[in-house]
Amino acid sequence: MPAAVTFRSVSRHFGAVKAVDSVDLEIAEGEFFAMLGPSGSGKTTCLRLIAGFEQPDGGEISILGTSANGVPPWKRHVNTVFQDYALFPHMAILDNVAYGLMVRGVDKATRHKAAEEALDLVKLGGYGARRTGQLSGGQRQRVALARALVNKPSVLLLDEPLGALDLKLREAMQEELKGLQKRLGITFVLVTHDQGEALSMADRVAVFNEGRIVQSGAPEDIYNRPKTRFVADFVGSSNILSPSLSGSLSGDRRWKSLRPEAFTLEPGNGRLSLTGTLEASSFMGAVRRVSLKVADTSIHAHLPAGAALPADGEALTLHFAPEALNPLEDAA
Amino acid sequence: MTASASPASPDSLASRASAALWRSPRLLLLLLLTPPLLWLGVVYVGSLAALLAQSFFSFDDFTAQVTYELTLSTYAELLSPANFDIIVRTVTMAALVTIASAILAFPIAYYAARYAKGRWKAFFYLGVMLPLWSSYLVKIYAWKMILSKEGIISWAADKLHLGWLLDAWLSLPVVGGNSLSVSATGTFLVFLYIWLPYMILPIQAALERVPSNLIEASYDLGGGPGKTFRHVLLPLAMPGVAAGSIFTFSLTLGDYIIPGIIGTSRLFIGQAVYTQQGTAGNIPLAAAFSVVPVVIMAFYLWGAKKQGAFDAL
Repeated sequence: MPAAVTFRSVSRHFGAVKAVDSVDLEIAEGEFFAMLGPSGSGKTTCLRLIAGFEQPDGGEISILGTSANGVPPWKRHVNTVFQDYALFPHMAILDNVAYGLMVRGVDKATRHKAAEEALDLVKLGGYGARRTGQLSGGQRQRVALARALVNKPSVLLLDEPLGALDLKLREAMQEELKGLQKRLGITFVLVTHDQGEALSMADRVAVFNEGRIVQSGAPEDIYNRPKTRFVADFVGSSNILSPSLSGSLSGDRRWKSLRPEAFTLEPGNGRLSLTGTLEASSFMGAVRRVSLKVADTSIHAHLPAGAALPADGEALTLHFAPEALNPLEDAA
Repeated sequence: MTASASPASPDSLASRASAALWRSPRLLLLLLLTPPLLWLGVVYVGSLAALLAQSFFSFDDFTAQVTYELTLSTYAELLSPANFDIIVRTVTMAALVTIASAILAFPIAYYAARYAKGRWKAFFYLGVMLPLWSSYLVKIYAWKMILSKEGIISWAADKLHLGWLLDAWLSLPVVGGNSLSVSATGTFLVFLYIWLPYMILPIQAALERVPSNLIEASYDLGGGPGKTFRHVLLPLAMPGVAAGSIFTFSLTLGDYIIPGIIGTSRLFIGQAVYTQQGTAGNIPLAAAFSVVPVVIMAFYLWGAKKQGAFDAL
């Protein structure tokens, strides 16, 4: 079975800016793939390359095993859910959803029936007669989803689809999207700058920085074993330990990353410890965020919210499992 | 509120007045709207009503006096073959000019709205607006020379060995004539030139407001350029086309200078109004002629609305 999407050293330059710089990637069929990165990292350009809105300056893009280079967007079996939905303001919701079928020449009764079903799928049954202006942001997002899904695409591209929604709605939609993907078995490619979204929804995550993929793998791998300082910092937050500090802890003088939640107050069998002065602590709801000064490094730790702490400026010892120390490939 | 309550502000009449206006926005609105409403109500609508009233009187050809009795006979006179011919000619010309300018204006407006940036955009605005800065009459007389028998068009056609084509066109009935400058084709070309900016600008404004991701969405959903144009771009630009066509259509309907200088001796509505009220002194017939464009425009707008031209507003 060919991969849903393959990039072979694909580049896209805008003047001197290398938006996408020699990217290789392979997205398996039926996979939920996330492209994660800060703005300007090239993830959206990659998505637009798959959709066909951009053409690569170098390299080869294949969709389902056939080269997509030079194929215009309207001839690709790929659909996009746009960041700001891009619903047609002059059409009713039903006609918006049926648009893809209409331009393919499907007759009115058939396409309206399919559009009704797609609206049911996104829990907007009966909204067909409304206009886009009469819907809330969350509802428009569902219409955009239905409009793409009604075409039964091989690959569904989602460009920051939840960016404009509020937190509660976003969480609900995350679960719903994931459920939908499992049920339909369509390849989903999600572009996001929200690491929580990427980790919670995707089967596999590619982290982008400066036009390149810096690491890709299962969410657990990305989170637990970041290869570079950038990934360690961008995906979740990490303490970065210098060779001297990391050497004094484990004897291994490499740069290390250490997650704030790896720390406990209680010592344990085989656990390593760090002692320093408590600089500050703040209540975050579920956890208490503590900053500890060790030599000239500030170490951040997340402790249980009810943890008994000494006063600021006093000494504090924190413990962590040796496996929590993650060596980094690149230096400071 | 007095000055003592807010010692920081001086107790001037102006500051108290502005505070009072701020507290009662309705009063402010009333003050702002009264002068334009008076203008609109008395001068504008009033003169239209006077015009309408005139058209219901009749004119006695023997005494050359207006008979002030309400009658529909003047309107009946409009339907006489000679007068009806004028109306048909004018409306046909206005419709052709409108269609041609929409076809010509769309690509220009599309380029300006979607592709032109910085200096090219400035160049576009200059190119479209520049003709509007020079005198209308000068432009028309310039065209009279361009279209004349010795003009550049005939000259170029001869040089390109296409003189026979021009002659063949000019030998056609209705559109032809001795030269382009005395043919209906010439009138059409000059109307098209003069009113084209009024079509380009509204279309450009409408296209400017179409988000580019709607075009991408249509492509993405399988609509090629043709279908995207038909189902997305054109409907969304339609209010602009409608606005532009209102200009080109109504301006052509009312103009009496261009057909007087360029074209055949057959009259257009504007010329009919001019001659009826001027030399003939037949104010009722002139008024009735003037009502025709108003009625046509009312139907035109109603039809455009029915067609959904303003849905995307």
